[in-house]
Amino acid sequence: MKITKKGRRSIVEGDLTPMIDMTFQLIAFFMVLINFTQAEQDEKVRVPSSEVAKPPEVPFESSLTLQMTRDAGVILDGSTFDLEALRPKLIAERQIADATREGGSTELTIIVRADMFVETGKVQDMIRLCQDVGFEKFALRAKDEKAAN
Amino acid sequence: MKLRNSQVHGREKVELQMTPMIDIVFQLLVFFILTFKIVAVEGDFNIKMPKAAQGAPSDSLMVPLKLSLRAAPNGQLTGVYLGDTPFSGSPSQKFAQLQNRLVQQVGLDGGPGSAQEEAEIEIDADYHLHYRFVIEAMTAVSGRLDPETGEIQRLIEKVKFSNPKGG
Repeated sequence: MKITKKGRRSIVEGDLTPMIDMTFQLIAFFMVLINFTQAEQDEKVRVPSSEVAKPPEVPFESSLTLQMTRDAGVILDGSTFDLEALRPKLIAERQIADATREGGSTELTIIVRADMFVETGKVQDMIRLCQDVGFEKFALRAKDEKAAN
Repeated sequence: MKLRNSQVHGREKVELQMTPMIDIVFQLLVFFILTFKIVAVEGDFNIKMPKAAQGAPSDSLMVPLKLSLRAAPNGQLTGVYLGDTPFSGSPSQKFAQLQNRLVQQVGLDGGPGSAQEEAEIEIDADYHLHYRFVIEAMTAVSGRLDPETGEIQRLIEKVKFSNPKGG
């Protein structure tokens, strides 16, 4: 069998420019949209929406976010508690607030993020527990309807 | 002047090494994709509710309005009452009627000493009522969007809760 020698092969180079362009655009897109704020928004909690609930112009000086799931579990700092187990945690938070913040626990705002289908009584039980512990300021959180649409 | 062709042909073509750059670019891309999280815009209804003030006489000059929200056992809204006045229709219609009634009663003219500033409302909701209806009620009593300007017109800012019934 006769093997013919092939002539000089030329190196085929793909044009990488469009791919790099597109990749840089994707990076720019994600960089612009990335959110570094430590917003406590658990995906299990679907907050109700409201057209007059506007994001605060100035963030709360001190706040504690309590999230209530549909089955009335309370999420605090990533862990889920029932109301009885929540009490010692709240007492500890109050002591920390009293020791470290001006105005103490009375100036700390409890942000209530409750699921839209949880029983209102359960939310009020949680608020009452906070009141028992010594907190006075509350913010009921709702999705900004206008921004959501 | 004579150009020496041999020098031109003798130059080596300088090629950029693209591979490390593409590696890094893809790593950056993967990082941003993995950390990407859509955060919904959320707002607050601020309430000051010290425990001692519950059931205590309020400092408002006006008698607090009472809003009752009644629920079916499955948590759906069945009735909305402002005092003894019921509202009819779907939940959104009930809250729209409630808002119109409050605008008539309290007005939208804010300012020191105005009825709008002094007005206070107490929400009395059934224990089993879905929380979304409470937020709808808070929305109805707190204000509304001006259809012309899109600005929020504030209504009643002093809101308190009574103990839930049926728990």
